[in-house]
Amino acid sequence: MSKIRDAVDWIEHRTGLETAVTEFLQEDIPNSSGWHQVLGSVAMFSFMVQFVTGILLAFNYAPTPGDAWNSVRYIMSELTGGAIIRGLHHWGASIMIIIVVMHMLQVFIWGAYKKPREATWIVGCVLLLITMVFGLTGYLLPWDNRAYWGTVVTTQIASSPPVVGSYVARLMGVGAEGGIGVVTFARFYAMHVLLLPPLTIILIGVHVYLVRKHGVMPTLEDANKPKRKFFPEQVFKDTIAIFVVFCVLFALAVVARAPLGRLADPTDTNYIPRPEWYFLFLFQSLKFFEGPLEIVGAVILPNLAILALFLVPFIDRGKFVKYTQRPIALSVVAIAALGWAGLTAAAVASTPKSVESAEDIAEPATWQDLTPEEVAGIGYFRQEKCDGCHPGAKGVNGAPDLTKGVHKTAAQMIEHFRQPSELVPGSAMPAITLSTGQLNALAAFLLKLNEKNVDALQSAPQFVVDGAMVYQKNQCSFCHQVNGSGMKNGPALNGVGQRRTKQWLIDHFQDPAKLSPGSTMPPYKFAAKDMDSITTWLMGIPR
Amino acid sequence: MAEVQSDRRTFFLSFIYGIWGIITAAIAVPASAYLLFPPRAKKAGKWVEVGDFASLKTKQPEEVVYRRTRVDGWKVITEKTSTWLVKMSDSEVVAFAPQCTHLGCAYHYDDTSKDFLCPCHTSAFSIDGKVLTGPAPRPLDRLNVKLENGKVLLGPAGSSNV
Repeated sequence: MSKIRDAVDWIEHRTGLETAVTEFLQEDIPNSSGWHQVLGSVAMFSFMVQFVTGILLAFNYAPTPGDAWNSVRYIMSELTGGAIIRGLHHWGASIMIIIVVMHMLQVFIWGAYKKPREATWIVGCVLLLITMVFGLTGYLLPWDNRAYWGTVVTTQIASSPPVVGSYVARLMGVGAEGGIGVVTFARFYAMHVLLLPPLTIILIGVHVYLVRKHGVMPTLEDANKPKRKFFPEQVFKDTIAIFVVFCVLFALAVVARAPLGRLADPTDTNYIPRPEWYFLFLFQSLKFFEGPLEIVGAVILPNLAILALFLVPFIDRGKFVKYTQRPIALSVVAIAALGWAGLTAAAVASTPKSVESAEDIAEPATWQDLTPEEVAGIGYFRQEKCDGCHPGAKGVNGAPDLTKGVHKTAAQMIEHFRQPSELVPGSAMPAITLSTGQLNALAAFLLKLNEKNVDALQSAPQFVVDGAMVYQKNQCSFCHQVNGSGMKNGPALNGVGQRRTKQWLIDHFQDPAKLSPGSTMPPYKFAAKDMDSITTWLMGIPR
Repeated sequence: MAEVQSDRRTFFLSFIYGIWGIITAAIAVPASAYLLFPPRAKKAGKWVEVGDFASLKTKQPEEVVYRRTRVDGWKVITEKTSTWLVKMSDSEVVAFAPQCTHLGCAYHYDDTSKDFLCPCHTSAFSIDGKVLTGPAPRPLDRLNVKLENGKVLLGPAGSSNV
């Protein structure tokens, strides 16, 4: 024991560490302090958990769109403890939001932002915003469909205000055509791991310094009562609260697997994007603002709300701190909570079930499940003789097996098709000269391939593939839908074989207005072979 | 009274230390497993053909460059690599991993001395892989190799029998 004492004395003599820690812990706090003030410590603890688990994840995470998804899958399914570490980080993000908001509510209800504590409140508001930006930037990093489409919507909203919008878009690396890719990814990653963590640490430091400078907010009754020490009783209460939150978090990490959906697919027209639950209320509120008013819901109202939050100590200068004497302030909290809960509930209720089913890694089992674009992709695969080196889409002699885990995006694949050796140095693959639309179709097909379905997909009869290629070439999907893909300007084509005969389809192609008066479809004069392919294929599309 | 105070204090202290110990352990245990345990094994790769047995001369090492597929973290990569093949007899061939067993430098075959020489710390190996001189701690690592229809096949990466 005296050895430890000697060591502590040695360090104390050189650094003054023991005195500093003792001084920190021996802080005087009001007699009324207690359970209601544990939330600040819990918030700091949840940040520490995010910090540690974030570093651990970074040890096995590849921050580029090409590899991110695959490395997260690797962490989740191939590394021991990886699912728990990511679970702690994923669920910890939600818990941190909850705790930070609860902390803020407590301070609001107790009136602890009043003079001279305005600066403490403002720094706290900044920390709340940072926590939300953490959530927003981290959402993209797994690069699954959820991440991709959620971020597409977010960046579009942020780019919508006039004048500043285009600069915000450029800052977020959003391309001129509105797409997100490597640049956005790099910016979000840099924000999430390089900019925000040190900023948070500095601001937590300032926040705690200010709390210490002004002391914990006393009540009126505290005036006649002796002060108490922060340590050990309040630290004990903080520790219990932290432990309860940690148990909930750990249980979630072990029991509820953090979601990882399908690899982000920019060509997926079926995915229904939804933001993380704590942003759902914003998402829902946008439904009330249409057309030119959209900017009100998307930009003006949220910014006014943030401004109001910052100005709380200047709006409410009343002397009363006891909540029973501040009915207006309490009503504001109640209305905000009701509004938030109502909007969130409405958003949850209006979310179609298919979001869940689109989340799992299920792939199409047969070619009948594919969209016309993907079926046409099979055609280009055959037409370009890809199976010369990838027979049955598998690989031989150094040509990679195309069924083994697709770890590229459609955009990257298309780059690779155009200049194979640019992306894969030393690649012996010849460049493919097809139009962008055709390359898109090829990529869309390859993204759907896996070891189980490869033979079933490859067995699509040639007339089907030819029919789908004619369909793609003539951009039929601009008006028609097949297997849920395409627009609904014209009738959906699933089950058209039950409604019409093949001859009717041929006649209709040649002169739509004659058979369907009022139809806006232009006439198509296909070559005999093309006409036969597309009509035979259409007749066979299941309901 | 002072004693009661002191008991309370001791209780608080042991409770605080205990809880923080549990939290630290709950994170440290999965974190250590995550960082230190090897990834769950993927199925082994395939045998790769690296050359014709007939083209090898007995006791004349030959460096063969070939492409192999292996699991690298979250990726399956195809990479160029090499091996030294030595035909020991009319029915036996040995394949050596191309790194010195000392510190992993690439060694070469010296035609005059008929030895493998490492340029880094002058380790020398005989053509059957034994250490002749230098700091190398063990003979050259051997790769799984088999003959099939006159072709030399190498076993999946990571399956060397050392």
